[in-house]
Amino acid sequence: MSTRKFSFRVNGVERFLELPPMARLLDVLRHELGLTGTKEGCGEGECGSCSVLMNGELVNSCLVPIAQAAGASILTIEGVGEQTRLHPVQKAFLECGGAQCGICTPGMILATVHLLNKHPRPTQEEIHEGLNGNLCRCTGYMRIFEAVEKAACAIESGAME
Amino acid sequence: MRSYPADYELITPGSLDAVLCLLSDEPSQWTPIAGGTEIMVLFGAGKLATRKLVSISPLPELREIVESEDLISIGSGCSFTQIRRHAAVKKHFPLLAQCASLTGSIANQNRGTIGGNLANASPAADSSPALFAYAAELELISTRGTRRVPYEQFHLGYKKIALAADELIRAVHMPKRFGESFCYARKVGTRNAQAISKICVAATGSLRHGRVEEIRIGMGSVAPAPLRLIGTERVLLGAALNDATIAEARKALLNEAVPIDDIRSTASYRQLIAGNLLEELLREFAAWGDRK
Repeated sequence: MSTRKFSFRVNGVERFLELPPMARLLDVLRHELGLTGTKEGCGEGECGSCSVLMNGELVNSCLVPIAQAAGASILTIEGVGEQTRLHPVQKAFLECGGAQCGICTPGMILATVHLLNKHPRPTQEEIHEGLNGNLCRCTGYMRIFEAVEKAACAIESGAME
Repeated sequence: MRSYPADYELITPGSLDAVLCLLSDEPSQWTPIAGGTEIMVLFGAGKLATRKLVSISPLPELREIVESEDLISIGSGCSFTQIRRHAAVKKHFPLLAQCASLTGSIANQNRGTIGGNLANASPAADSSPALFAYAAELELISTRGTRRVPYEQFHLGYKKIALAADELIRAVHMPKRFGESFCYARKVGTRNAQAISKICVAATGSLRHGRVEEIRIGMGSVAPAPLRLIGTERVLLGAALNDATIAEARKALLNEAVPIDDIRSTASYRQLIAGNLLEELLREFAAWGDRK
């Protein structure tokens, strides 16, 4: 069957691609756009390693057909922070040891960015819920939770500067 | 084996009318896809049988929550995030807000819709018990018009629903008469977050002079489809909530809750937990009555 033309914004850049409409957003990001920071874990929406923001909402990119992302604004890990300056969430994950093998990390960071957009000063419960779809088999989560708290403080004090 | 995207068609008509015309002109040819949290899983695993999909997720007609004096109408395309955050849902239908917040992860709640959850008809669907508890009605729409089906008549068997090939679920309607009622919901899964239920239950009820005046109990994962526990409710109606009644109710439950062994749990565990949850809900119901 046929391909169609789709346009959407990825990390602020307008992209035009001709694709089968059922191509998964995850595969389009990785294979068509070379944005391999977004990882594939389970491929069935259980592990969160392919998390990205679509129009500001956290989604599993393995479950989004590209036709449903047409016109949307996508944020991937490559668009969080800048080449020479890490985002406060990235910095906090590094400083707290919130990343080990790294497969879950891009998704964890996107889920944290999403959480802090909705809840700038999250409670423990809000942190647990905000990250509940992102599985990590290395850290035991405690350092990740610490990183989220640290990032929230850093963003808040940064906003006051 | 992965699916090959080019083998599939996915179209996005601009309006509800256009989708309904398509379903009517080519019945059983097209499968609606909303948030994709079920269909894309099958697609990713190479198990999606249908090759022609029609996207209904952008249709604004399906995404509204409308509140009137005595009713709330939730569009079938509303996401679980939208439902759990809606002020009127939280106020009048707290069990539904709670069930929505227990459905999958935040990312899945952002995409998954109540209509998709119901049309997928999993016996373990987390929103179903609350809909039984709140006497929900489904509004079904096609080019032939609309009709209403009480939710308890919607499930006909395992993954069989009272939805014709040319119909879509348009909305879920619930009467706003449970504000003063006792309510209870609990889900048992392998982990606290994002588990598919081993058992889920929701109930509403009221007492009059210490006896059960009304009770509605919905349960998931104990039958081929989500179940309202009509037989158990019948034992309870008019009865005082004492140890003997609770034992009777547990016995009645065993006749209608007939779970199976599957990848998530065993029949015997589910039967035991179903009874324990029923007992917990009835003891809380009794305590609620004592406080009033």
